[in-house]
Amino acid sequence: MPSEWIARDDQTLALQGEWTLANYRAIKSTLDHYKADTKVPNEATKAAKETVSLEAITRLDTAGAILVIELIGVEKAQKVGEWAGELPKEQQALLMRIAEAMDTPLDVETPSYSRISQALASVGQQMVGLWSQQRQLLAFIGLVMATLFRLILRPRHWRVTATVAHVQQSGLNAVPIVALLTFMVGAVVAFLGATVLQDFGATVYTIDLVAFSFLREFGVLLAAILLAGRTASAFTAQIGAMKSNEEIDALQAQGLDPIELLVLPRVMAMLISLPMLAFVGMLSGLAGGAMVAALSLDISLTQFMNTLQKDVSVTHFLVGLSKAPVFAFVIAVIGCLEGFKVSGSAQSVGAHTTSSVVQSIFMVILIDALAALFFMEMGW
Amino acid sequence: MDAEKPSASNTPESNDPPVIKVRGLVNRFGTHVVHEDLDLTLERGEILGVVGGSGTGKSVLLRSIVGLKRPNSGTVEVLGTTLNELSEQERSQIERRFGVLFQRGALFSSLNLQENIALPLIEHAKLPREDAEHLARVKLSLVGLPPQAALQFPESLSGGMVKRAALARALALDPDILFLDEPTAGLDPIGAAAFDQLLVTLRDALGFSVFLVTHDLDTLYAACDRVAVLSQKRVLVVDTIDKVAETDDEWIQDYFHGPRGRAAKSARSISTTNANVQE
Repeated sequence: MPSEWIARDDQTLALQGEWTLANYRAIKSTLDHYKADTKVPNEATKAAKETVSLEAITRLDTAGAILVIELIGVEKAQKVGEWAGELPKEQQALLMRIAEAMDTPLDVETPSYSRISQALASVGQQMVGLWSQQRQLLAFIGLVMATLFRLILRPRHWRVTATVAHVQQSGLNAVPIVALLTFMVGAVVAFLGATVLQDFGATVYTIDLVAFSFLREFGVLLAAILLAGRTASAFTAQIGAMKSNEEIDALQAQGLDPIELLVLPRVMAMLISLPMLAFVGMLSGLAGGAMVAALSLDISLTQFMNTLQKDVSVTHFLVGLSKAPVFAFVIAVIGCLEGFKVSGSAQSVGAHTTSSVVQSIFMVILIDALAALFFMEMGW
Repeated sequence: MDAEKPSASNTPESNDPPVIKVRGLVNRFGTHVVHEDLDLTLERGEILGVVGGSGTGKSVLLRSIVGLKRPNSGTVEVLGTTLNELSEQERSQIERRFGVLFQRGALFSSLNLQENIALPLIEHAKLPREDAEHLARVKLSLVGLPPQAALQFPESLSGGMVKRAALARALALDPDILFLDEPTAGLDPIGAAAFDQLLVTLRDALGFSVFLVTHDLDTLYAACDRVAVLSQKRVLVVDTIDKVAETDDEWIQDYFHGPRGRAAKSARSISTTNANVQE
């Protein structure tokens, strides 16, 4: 049964040619055919007993050596020096070294479960995960609050430089995007109001619509959602990279508090930035509405301002702004907590960054809905 | 002492062209000059140890040769071609003949060990996944990792295990040139000795060349054919370790004749004597 790789006469099995990685598949299929042809269920044991000659092998690398050893068996390969003395010493050493490595069961059993139990397990895992995530969040909020109250009377521990740097990154640098976005949404709301109210001949109430929606809801909500995407993810990635680089461990080992050094400056920066951005959002939303009113509804800027002053009380502005610190705190805390949950791998950084953005947007909208109910009941 | 030199059969044949030829290499970061007019040659089939104090640009040299850093001036010829002049495709052809072990392992963190090593086998050698993973498991065992480790992810491994797995990945394609950046740092002494031995066995059998950046004096004595000392922005001296150790330079004298250097040297003489007795 001659072939390119293997030849046999009466008693000798001769291996020949280049037994290298490049030929791995060809050799393997030859061997499979060979085993099928000879109809010996366990060829390794047979080849292990008969005479094998290796000197016709012109090149041998680790992949080839693995195939040789699979054919002749580990035991025979370990004694290669005794029966294949004509093989170069280097190749003998390679065969022996690899045979040694293959002398343990290499296939690891992975336990397999039925689809149903897998599905049930995954549901259970999700539920437990969700529960423990909420618990962790509450615990972390408590930890941050405790640290905050501990340090609030000790100005020496305030990290002013870090806080200011974060205000610049997450607050000041976000002004253009927040202003642009709310301006456009303001214009859209004005158009929408004009279209609907025209049928009632009440186009002028467009001003009230824009003012109410932006002062109470949109200004702060849009700013918060933008910061949840922009800043929560940044916090998670920053702290996550530090975590996988063991920087957090280094801080703790030196007796420094990562909450004090890393979390509080970020939380404080958000508490400062978000109300300001919410204010910017309100103003530029109103500006967007005013522009649409002036350009396509024939409501002049003066009329716009007059109606604003007459119809819209300052309560609405305060109601809107009162939500900003809450949102800021939630976004910052979720961003930081997800950062601390990162473990080693690049995948984990990605997963937790995603999770921090999704969670913080969800929490912002949930709290906003609850707050709307509350304010309505209170009649504010 | 001459009898203890690495066996004569290991020395490269002089008519083979060198696998790496670095000429007049200059590397700068801003105003900080790392290499100035550096020359280095790696012959076919030799293990070249590269030593030097911290910050002398050993890793930068490795990165310039592998093509990860474009040198500011000078030429780097690898396997007879200049990497930077090649097209993307030709370059990939050459680069798959490299095996690189990075200082911190650089295993892919989203793949388990078996998949880490199977990846080049699937991508470059075009093996089916099943075969590639089988080869990967043998290679993991070859570098001394237990079979269970094959399904673990890099983040759950100790530093030493990461090093071994990274070596297995560097060896996956049976490369022509193996670049090792401090392979034994973080290994226990037994593991480091086994590594030295494995390196020499594989080199003898497969005939690849090794560019070995190390601080490990034991590895230098046990595995390296020649040693290059990086100092003062260039290669100060390249020769067999005994000759390098005799060079009249303050750093070299401190390095090879300090307490650790002497210990490594005497350990080498004992092991060679034992080997002689056994033969």
